[in-house]
Amino acid sequence: MSTDLGMPRTLTGISAVPSLGEGEALTKKDFTSDQEVRWCPGCGDYAVLAAVQGFLPDLGLRRENIVFVSGIGCSSRFPYYLDTYGMHSIHGRAPSIATGLAASRPDLSVWVVTGDGDALSIGGNHLIHALRRNVNITILLFNNEIYGLTKGQYSPTSEVGKITKSSPMGSVDQPFNPISLALGAEATFVARTMDSDRKHLTQVLRQAAEHRGASIVEIYQNCPIFNDGAFEAIKDRTQQQARLIHLVDGEPVQMGVDGERQTLVRRADGGLEFVPEEAATTETTVGHDAGAEDPSVAFALSRLTTPDKGQVPMGVFRSVERPTYDDLVRAQLEAAATTAGGPAGPAELQQLLAGNDTWTVQAARS
Amino acid sequence: MTEKSIEQIDRVVIRFAGDSGDGMQLTGDRFTSETAALGNDLSTLPNFPAEIRAPQGTLPGVSSFQLHFADHDVLTPGDAPDVLVAMNPAALKANLRDLPRGATVIVNTDEFTKRNLAKVGYDSSPLEDGTLESWHVHAVPLTSITVEALADFEGLSRKDKERAKNMFALGLLSWMYHRPTTGTEAFLATKFGSKPEVLAANLAALKAGLHYGETTEDFAVSYEIAPAVMPAGTYRNITGNTALAYGLVAAAQRAGLPLVLGSYPITPASDILHTLSGLKRHGVTTLQAEDEIAGIGMALGASFGGALGVTTTSGPGVALKSETIGLAVSLELPLVIVDVQRGGPSTGLPTKTEQADLLQAMFGRNGESPVPIVAAQSPADCFAAAIDAVRIATTYRTPVFLLSDGYLANGSEPWAIPDVADLPDLTVQFATRPNGVDAKGREVFQPYARDEDTLARPWAVPGTPGLEHRVGGIEKANITGHISYDPDNHDHMTRLRASKVAGVEVPDLEVDDPSGDADVLVLGWGSTYGPIAAATRSARNAGVRVARAHLRHLNPFPANTGEVLRRYQRVLVPEMNLGQLSLLLRAAYLVDVRPITQVRGLPFTTVELADAITAAAKEVSS
Ligand code: SF4
Repeated sequence: MSTDLGMPRTLTGISAVPSLGEGEALTKKDFTSDQEVRWCPGCGDYAVLAAVQGFLPDLGLRRENIVFVSGIGCSSRFPYYLDTYGMHSIHGRAPSIATGLAASRPDLSVWVVTGDGDALSIGGNHLIHALRRNVNITILLFNNEIYGLTKGQYSPTSEVGKITKSSPMGSVDQPFNPISLALGAEATFVARTMDSDRKHLTQVLRQAAEHRGASIVEIYQNCPIFNDGAFEAIKDRTQQQARLIHLVDGEPVQMGVDGERQTLVRRADGGLEFVPEEAATTETTVGHDAGAEDPSVAFALSRLTTPDKGQVPMGVFRSVERPTYDDLVRAQLEAAATTAGGPAGPAELQQLLAGNDTWTVQAARS
Repeated sequence: MTEKSIEQIDRVVIRFAGDSGDGMQLTGDRFTSETAALGNDLSTLPNFPAEIRAPQGTLPGVSSFQLHFADHDVLTPGDAPDVLVAMNPAALKANLRDLPRGATVIVNTDEFTKRNLAKVGYDSSPLEDGTLESWHVHAVPLTSITVEALADFEGLSRKDKERAKNMFALGLLSWMYHRPTTGTEAFLATKFGSKPEVLAANLAALKAGLHYGETTEDFAVSYEIAPAVMPAGTYRNITGNTALAYGLVAAAQRAGLPLVLGSYPITPASDILHTLSGLKRHGVTTLQAEDEIAGIGMALGASFGGALGVTTTSGPGVALKSETIGLAVSLELPLVIVDVQRGGPSTGLPTKTEQADLLQAMFGRNGESPVPIVAAQSPADCFAAAIDAVRIATTYRTPVFLLSDGYLANGSEPWAIPDVADLPDLTVQFATRPNGVDAKGREVFQPYARDEDTLARPWAVPGTPGLEHRVGGIEKANITGHISYDPDNHDHMTRLRASKVAGVEVPDLEVDDPSGDADVLVLGWGSTYGPIAAATRSARNAGVRVARAHLRHLNPFPANTGEVLRRYQRVLVPEMNLGQLSLLLRAAYLVDVRPITQVRGLPFTTVELADAITAAAKEVSS
């Protein structure tokens, strides 16, 4: 038996979070904790931290109502460097901790910071369930395609054949495509961005924060110590243009430098392929629609990613509205109270303890 | 109709046994409610297979429900039944060895077909071959009489009619022991409200059973058992799992905190999740997680946000939650972990009871990771134990283990319903403002500054301005809470966490020693309370001097524990494990306590413990 849960769909990810008063404003400095940042020199995490510290004031939220929860890994040190509430938890479990927090505190903006090992290996189960439930949290998945904190073993996003300390003859593991995984897990907001593109990163983060429900943002992050240059192919200004596929809502999906631009079209067999711009017709051109109910085109877009980064879609793959888990959980609590004539107090507790079958023993007469 | 005689008796133990699909648990539950309503004291022991529906008519498919009731206080579900109701050959075979000679057996003869007999390895019918010679047998064709009594119900199939045979059995037993049936009638009306014909059939079957007792010559005697003398008050019957769930709700209300349960279904703890999920009106949020780890993660996340986080599970689940319990030790946040213990290791005996998770609760984590442990001693006591666990968790900002077990979870007993206003006040003070100054003289929040008395750290919940701080599983610098790898700091913090738990306020151990000069002490914990109390009573009645004490708190132990242990020449420690409490006591107090152990998935019997007590008393006096 199922029942219509009848949820309104007008809220944003932060609409229940108290905002700053008239004339109040916070700066990047307000979000910078007094802790010395301890990532390796040149680590991509620095750029992401700076972008987040710089972007948080724009949300206009009260600082005390923002919480960052992380797991274990290099990126999971993130909460220590932000002057908000934070919890550096255990390996892989941050999404479950964030779920409990979000379900019980609608007035908080809850963020999860995780990495490819934390989210996709040891914590894979929690990640997919947080996504399918659509808990109102924002998940930043720092993907450096390597285990950094444990000093350089292959991760669930490392390419097949990767030579690492634990795979001297090359990794035999098929990697996950995090975007495909998230879409398969019924995620409502799925995006990809890159540590070095501050502007794009900020743009995507803003949309992710404002999305009501679980948002996952895969951030390509360079680890100069153990996997340097993993994203060089799309960072190099000269090559970048040829390889990145920028997903822009309402626009055709295109790739390549001017003069050699290619447009994504739907083949007769239903598959997608790039053809020279001029060969694409209005009928066959795939226009990007992040809001499409059906995630299959978003999934097909996610599959355009090639392991060598010769071809990489960037941007928001999917952004659809669906009632969030935490809203539904709270709505049931409210409904239960309303139906019963109000929330239970001591009198109702007394009734509950008594149940329906009681008997009374009188004091024995002496 | 001949006038039938009525005998007055002071106690009886009845066991209903049948196939898993025969509705024996329901029958037992209803008989228990009727008995409670009459004011008898009682104790119950359901015993069912782990399989939902094991093959029909087989030994593994037998489900039973034992009830002990009396005109005096009842401490256990009874060692052996005085009356066995056996709905099929499997039920007879599985239970006969527990039945003392001379006891009464009521058998459903309809099920004693060649095929059913063969299924359980009977070559001939025990009803005819003399097997039951030493017992008082009532052979009743329960199924066919039920079907006959329902002949007029044309809308029901034969199968539906047969299904009502448990109500016939209930009616018959209700006649035998003068139990009222109005409660059952009301119960059926609610259960089958939407199916009037099924309701009418069940009522008719119940009546037919009563009538059968009244009219059949086979049943010449019925029995009356006077109400027990119990302390004044309003009572209800309650199972351990229900009492535990209610205790958590009551404690949350007394603490002024929303209750958030993160849980993954597991036998025998799932009923707590079910009960709490129906109490949304009481501000209870239940999150059914994707696994055990997520269950406790959700609870801990809620605690960080200022709720009372609780997770419920059994031993295998605790194993999965261990790392998060360690995190909670490090975060120093309130959290209640309910472990309804069952037989282990691994999957073990999911539906059978055991007390073998004590050492897991005590030590089952990496590093020095102390967690207070509270244990419930009877089904109704799960309520008070839950409140005490919440008191410790919120006062000391620590995860707390609350240990129950399969026997307490499903067993039931009368409970004097407490007045909510008399429950302890557990009001929690959240941190609201900075509690220190930094080197530059600015006011700051120090998340690991401690309360002098309790050593608890402040609970500063997100949303409180000025108290933004970070917690985590990496060692924290004392007071400031910053990450610290300093050797002296780690040593200090480890000792602080240990001192905090060692300093949890728990009442002294009370000793029950009516003669005042016993040489033998029986010390127990958890659900052995009933069997130990019954056994010491029986030994004392036989002239043995024996003292008895029971531990509610396993970590820390009450301050006087060592002194109590040393007062006696011999200390016996009965446990449903291989001596886990004994190990802890020996280590802590260097006292040579003697374990009495069994892991049969069932509680101790009064007789086996009374014999052990008597033997020990003899040994020390000679
Ligand atoms: S190991 Fe790699 S990911 Fe980790 S901090 Fe160093 S550079 Fe960054």
